[in-house]
Amino acid sequence: MSTETPLIGSYSADAAGPDLTDARVGIVTFPGSLDDRDASRAIRLAGGTAVPLWHADSKLYDVDAVIIPGGFSYGDYLRAGAISRFSPLMDKIIDAANSDAKLPVLGICNGFQVLTEAHLLPGSMIKNDHLHFVCRDQRLRVETNATDWTASFEPGAEIVVPLKNQDGQYVADEKTLDELEGEGRVVFRYVDHNPNGSRRDIAGISNAAGNVVGLMPHPEHAVEAGFGPDASAAGPVELRGGLDGLNIFTSALKKIVGSKA
Amino acid sequence: MSAEATGQKFNIDTVEHAAGTPETDLPWAELGLKDNEFARIQEILGRRPTAAELAMYSVMWSEHCSYKSSKVHLSQFGEKVTEKMKEHLLVGIGENAGVVDIGDGWAVTFKVESHNHPSMVEPYQGAATGVGGIVRDIISMGARPVAVMDPLRFGAIDHPDTARVVHGVVAGIGGYGNSLGLPNIGGEVVFDSVYQGNPLVNALAVGVLRHEDIRLANASGTGNKVVLFGARTGGDGIGGASVLASESFDDTKPSKRPAVQVGDPFAEKVLIECCLELFKASVVEGIQDLGAAGISCATSELASNGDGGMHVELTNVLLRDPSLTPGEILMSESQERMMAVVTPENQAAFEAIMDKWNVEYSWLGEVTGTGRLVIDWAGETIVDVDPRTVAHDGPVYERPFARPEWLDALQQQKFDGERPASDSELRAAVLELMASPNMCSKDWITNQYDRYVQGNTAMAMPDDAGVVRVDEETGLGVAISTDCNARYSYLNPYEGARAALAEAYRNVATSGAKPLAVTDCLNFGSPEDPAIMWQFAETVRGLADACQELGVPVTGGNVSLYNQTGGVGIHPTPVVGVLGVFDDVTRRTPSGWREDGQAIYLLGTTRDELDGSEWANLRGHLGGQPPVVDLEAEMTLAAILINSSRDGMIDSAHDLSEGGLAAALSESSLRFGVGARIGLDELCERDGVDAFTALFSESHGRAIVGVPRSEEVRFKDMCTARRFPFIRVGVVDTANGALDVQGRFSLPLDELRAAHEGTLPKYFG
Amino acid sequence: MPRIVVDVMPKPEILDPQGKAIAGALPRLGLDGFVEVRQGKRFELTIDGEATDEALAKARTAATTLLSNPVIEDVTRVEWINDAAAGDVE
Repeated sequence: MSTETPLIGSYSADAAGPDLTDARVGIVTFPGSLDDRDASRAIRLAGGTAVPLWHADSKLYDVDAVIIPGGFSYGDYLRAGAISRFSPLMDKIIDAANSDAKLPVLGICNGFQVLTEAHLLPGSMIKNDHLHFVCRDQRLRVETNATDWTASFEPGAEIVVPLKNQDGQYVADEKTLDELEGEGRVVFRYVDHNPNGSRRDIAGISNAAGNVVGLMPHPEHAVEAGFGPDASAAGPVELRGGLDGLNIFTSALKKIVGSKA
Repeated sequence: MSAEATGQKFNIDTVEHAAGTPETDLPWAELGLKDNEFARIQEILGRRPTAAELAMYSVMWSEHCSYKSSKVHLSQFGEKVTEKMKEHLLVGIGENAGVVDIGDGWAVTFKVESHNHPSMVEPYQGAATGVGGIVRDIISMGARPVAVMDPLRFGAIDHPDTARVVHGVVAGIGGYGNSLGLPNIGGEVVFDSVYQGNPLVNALAVGVLRHEDIRLANASGTGNKVVLFGARTGGDGIGGASVLASESFDDTKPSKRPAVQVGDPFAEKVLIECCLELFKASVVEGIQDLGAAGISCATSELASNGDGGMHVELTNVLLRDPSLTPGEILMSESQERMMAVVTPENQAAFEAIMDKWNVEYSWLGEVTGTGRLVIDWAGETIVDVDPRTVAHDGPVYERPFARPEWLDALQQQKFDGERPASDSELRAAVLELMASPNMCSKDWITNQYDRYVQGNTAMAMPDDAGVVRVDEETGLGVAISTDCNARYSYLNPYEGARAALAEAYRNVATSGAKPLAVTDCLNFGSPEDPAIMWQFAETVRGLADACQELGVPVTGGNVSLYNQTGGVGIHPTPVVGVLGVFDDVTRRTPSGWREDGQAIYLLGTTRDELDGSEWANLRGHLGGQPPVVDLEAEMTLAAILINSSRDGMIDSAHDLSEGGLAAALSESSLRFGVGARIGLDELCERDGVDAFTALFSESHGRAIVGVPRSEEVRFKDMCTARRFPFIRVGVVDTANGALDVQGRFSLPLDELRAAHEGTLPKYFG
Repeated sequence: MPRIVVDVMPKPEILDPQGKAIAGALPRLGLDGFVEVRQGKRFELTIDGEATDEALAKARTAATTLLSNPVIEDVTRVEWINDAAAGDVE
């Protein structure tokens, strides 16, 4: 059965487009997941319907997409994402992502690490080059709109979203990196400042089909006025008014609703 | 592992055995008990204590658990509370943490606690488990933890050992707090050589709950079951009590017990979610976290707060280290454990929730109506006590205190050091101040903490207070700030305590919130030194008086004594946390300005008050009297700041404290990288001070605000009506890129920022 | 070039959260029978020059001062790795 994670409060419906509520996005909670409620909020604010999923479950409840949120699942012990990757629900997600239906999957931060451990995405994350946890507002370039999660962006668009991690340095061998670049699968790249030593300033990548995307920064923390970063790539904003992350969620919701129509 | 098998290894000192062997030599002195205390235990029991009883009394009667030196003074926090102050208090002092009503059926619980000594032994684990401990206090009230903050004190920034401690403590706080998914929204960092051997690591946590969800630590209902859950019990934190090995006849046990408690943030995160599910399903009657004194504390407090009786089988405790003796099990401070009372009907539901979260548990025993706490070991009674005598009726000392003789001489040493006068000297002084260890940017530290997680952080460092939303529909939320200037307390502990409260209160009001309640962490040296005891007594008196004047009650906190390495005591460091409430957190006021042309007003009066100031500190001076605290003025200032925020009359506000106007102007400019043109002449003339004093004095009761042009008339009318001094000191300038003190000097923000942000990376990066 | 291996383990009485989490995960993969997992660290120190006793002594000092935290960890091994370059010292 699906589990309901206790929320601090209920949400007011603040839908960007009511037609998107048909899109049901599953949010996975592992023991040690931290940004699961935040990912749910982001889906809701983008107009979709969030469905909590529990790691030990082996059903996906007919969700149209899945987000694996940030956190320290299983304490990040052994390697970040290494233990979560073997949960029953992950088996279902891996099958659905690789199936003909090509379930859209987004891994954020720890979720990205889980996706690499699950071999849905190539490469891996190691400790930041400066060895510290880092929390900052980070500028990114959206390199491609040929994925389910960036379809609503212009290629080359820039966004500012929070970044917060300890093991965020993306590494892969040169051949893999060349392939990712050549196939247009580098989805997000750090701009102005590489915060963790990631190879080729890579902040996020996709699989070949473009339905599975992983990124280290946290777009779900730049979706609500008053609680986001102090900056937007578009220019000055009110205090904590950055909303640049929202379009990532809307991209997937629109795609889902479009394919249902 | 069979519990009975473990039990066989020891020659157990039963109650029956103790009654028949009155002459047995017991290691009470090694366990820290004084001879009068040991005699009192024998008197209570009418016989000698068993080894297990001795273990319980020794930890529960320690300074840390019993507050035996501080109790007689702390009672003022209760005595000086009026009915009006209790208006918002749902749970007051004495429980794991106080609970404050913030309206709409919501309540908030918050508390600050010390973890100084463990952080001195092992900075990373000490700081990490400090966060873990305070968070469990919050959970045990029935609340979801929603934020943490950490007031920290380190030794001199350039001392060779400081970097080790800073790296360990900061990584420990981040490593634990970040992994729990709790935003870190503020705190303090102070460097001073008095903390060289005694770093202070205080941790504050705040939690949110509905009124009906309040849980208390009591064991009621005869026949209800007692359960221990979470991590297994190991030898953590009992290294100093290795004398207990004398009750063991087993030589295979580890030769040393770890004095260091290792934290497991993942286990704690799971424990948080699991407890919240227990509360939601209403399957626990009472709950208590395990911290200092572990099972000794949890059983005796639960039992004495309830119907008065509990019967426990100690071999049921799940162990990480099977060689632990009963006494050691009772004293262990293993982290991430909780104890709960569950009705027999709810046992299955409880177990289902444990299994879902994969949390280990063991049923230890049940609540009884006997009035006794009885603990068995494999069926034989090893503890039979009145739980109140363990938990509440510990020794109380009226320790002698005396105003130190050196204080008069110290208070007469007014600051007579360098007072920069020329324009270039003033410019250099501002740069030096803003780059100094205590005034420099703390980004290097705070950027290692997650301030975003949970998505409710409306404001965090470097603004005046941390602000989190509680209700997503209405925007109802809270602001918290912690403050303390220990140099002020050293010069005058009574005034220093009032100043700490005044500043935290002012910070909360500056953010726009209405101050409601107080928590405190009183860090001092040895209570056996009459001078230090006097500092403590004066501090408590000052804080209790100031709370009464401001109408905000102390809801809980912690006392940390013996912060004294090598005979050198720390400055008295009463860290005060104030919690305030917002109807809607989106109305909070940031510390920096952004709109071109907005007027900058200084509220309050500037006096020549440099004693104890950051500037005096930079010139190696500490003497005189700290700045005067006027709580009437603080309340008026707070009312102005709160009303201005609510009615949209100001766009920025920043309180003046350490570093005075120079620091406030610099920080408000750097917050969003927007400059200002400032004129000091009118201020100097009105208050009769020179430019240096205007910039560096630390007079209380002041703040600078950014007022939109359209609101200036209304704002000035309000200040006039409240008879509060205000003066226009400048205007926001989005084009000049500088803090331009007109006619005197101009500081390009790039230069100021480089100085401000370069210091910590230089020493620790 | 000669290499020295240093193993550092959490002290037996100290909680090892990482080992605990791994021990919990193994049975879920059907890998039963491991009653405890403890996770340590391995360091390899490469020497530029001869494999001398002095170098080994230095490595021991490094192991107890920097590579381990004596409050919570034990150094369980400091020795030459028996590979081609270091073979002659064994």
